[in-house]
Amino acid sequence: MSATRTAQPTLDELRAEALEWGRRPRRRGSWYVTEHMVRAMRAYGWTIVVGAVGQPIMYLLGLALGLAALIRVPVVDHGTEVPYLVFVAPALLVTAAIAVASEEMTYPVMAGFKWRRYFYGFNASALSSPQITHGVIAGAAARMAVAVAAYYLFVWLFGSVPQPGTGWLAIPAGLLAGLAFGIPLMAYAGSLQDDKGQFALVQRFVFMPMFLFSGTFYPLDTLPVWLQWIGWISPLWHGSELGRAATYSAGIAPGMLAVHVTYLAALCVAGYVWGRRVFVRRLAR
Amino acid sequence: MSEPVISAQSLVKTYKVKGKPDFVAVDGLSFEVAPGESFGLLGPNGAGKSTTMKMIGAVSARTAGDLSILGLDPDRYGPEIRSRLGVVPQQDNLDGELNARENLYIYGRYFGLPSRVCHEKADELLAFAQLSDKAKSKVDQLSGGMKRRLTIARGLINDPRILLLDEPTTGLDPQARHVLWDRLFRLKERGTTLVLTTHYMDEAEQLCDRLIVVDHGRIMAEGTPASLIREHSSREVLEVRFGSERNEQVAAQLQGIGDRLEVLPDRILIYAHDGEAVLERVTAAGLQPITSLVRRSSLEDVFLRLTGRSLIE
Repeated sequence: MSATRTAQPTLDELRAEALEWGRRPRRRGSWYVTEHMVRAMRAYGWTIVVGAVGQPIMYLLGLALGLAALIRVPVVDHGTEVPYLVFVAPALLVTAAIAVASEEMTYPVMAGFKWRRYFYGFNASALSSPQITHGVIAGAAARMAVAVAAYYLFVWLFGSVPQPGTGWLAIPAGLLAGLAFGIPLMAYAGSLQDDKGQFALVQRFVFMPMFLFSGTFYPLDTLPVWLQWIGWISPLWHGSELGRAATYSAGIAPGMLAVHVTYLAALCVAGYVWGRRVFVRRLAR
Repeated sequence: MSEPVISAQSLVKTYKVKGKPDFVAVDGLSFEVAPGESFGLLGPNGAGKSTTMKMIGAVSARTAGDLSILGLDPDRYGPEIRSRLGVVPQQDNLDGELNARENLYIYGRYFGLPSRVCHEKADELLAFAQLSDKAKSKVDQLSGGMKRRLTIARGLINDPRILLLDEPTTGLDPQARHVLWDRLFRLKERGTTLVLTTHYMDEAEQLCDRLIVVDHGRIMAEGTPASLIREHSSREVLEVRFGSERNEQVAAQLQGIGDRLEVLPDRILIYAHDGEAVLERVTAAGLQPITSLVRRSSLEDVFLRLTGRSLIE
């Protein structure tokens, strides 16, 4: 503890002191929350590293040695012929980002509000509730970036990036798609009062159908039209299309690229507006 | 009195309830807290104490009234006010994924303290909370008392001008409570303003220079513990038990003995200046209580007098 306080300061001095102390947290509070979220991830750091490295190796090996060996004919994507692994890799990369989102934007949010209540701890300090929202998003984005970058590295090592010049753009595309799925999920998680297995349902009835019907393993237009809508609304399909445009310029019209980016950005913004509202209201109760 | 660091005038907080009229949690509280003072809010569960603390803590906006903390309006200067407060909530909200020391370090960061300062403060505060040997322990491995002390230590990371404690010792064993009280005394000696809520009378008597008794969101009485007891109770209390079946019946015969009678389900309280003398009168009247006890009046008696209810129900 610091030195004993002798004379009590005047109210004017206290006010000035508070105004001075509030300056830094107001400016940089979101980063402080991010720092906390990333630090807390170290508790399960191994899972993150093993997941980020092991998953791509497993998928790519399985598909390269198995499915790609079986499917010898190239995939025709928007009129472009590409080997199967090249077609599938960008979608797997985006899936990795979405998988991180479905972990980091669900249980940690529930823990922050209910199980461990640490969001209330943040909120009692100089931080504000919008900054807590930002920090949760930025923390998850940091882990997502690591996962997506690792994935890209392995895809490249497997020789499945025909155009390395633009191929790296698959990384921001994956990140954008991951956040487009994750931010609305964070808002939803924040709005839940109790965990009654909703996250498991999201996994089974949102994540799985999205994974299977979003043109991950075959071009979306292979599906009958009445199933294609799943892809159209899925961040995974929009992200994969962007990734494919980056790694092998999959013959996608520039207008469509703009649609993909806009759609993903719109999901992020809508999720953010909803999430911020949920956080602010819940923390002020 | 120097200018108050907390000033509340007609403070109101209501909550919307679906399909019902608004719930009034705080109903026009007015009070002031001087710098360095130790101020208590005493009342039963649901009296509006925690809601008041959230408004003072600048996390929950008031519905009506005026509130000024450190000379600032919490609606506008939330982060600035909170940057000079320490908060010890009713429920611990430490991060169980981090160890004791990391919990302090990272909390210091929230106030924009440089990394080096956070490390120094963390060690200092672990010593203050008598937790130096638990620095590397995960929070989940600490006992309830240790978690409470860590939460208090965390609340001090920014050298706060005001420390808010919401039911600081609820759920702790007597020994842990005394360790905690000792730490709070030290803070008080250093001139930190303490604001605490409690439903324990002994805690209020030990720690508070001045307190308000709150019930249904309103102030029932205000003063120092001693003055409240003087004003609202007698010097001593005689507690007699005649068995739960007979208490009511005997109470009729006790009318006129002592200043006032309070009949509880398990015992009868007779308020008087001299408890022993009253006990003699009771036995002289031919009544033989199963047990009897003469004690000093406490804040519990004040509360009973003011609300007709016991604090812990």
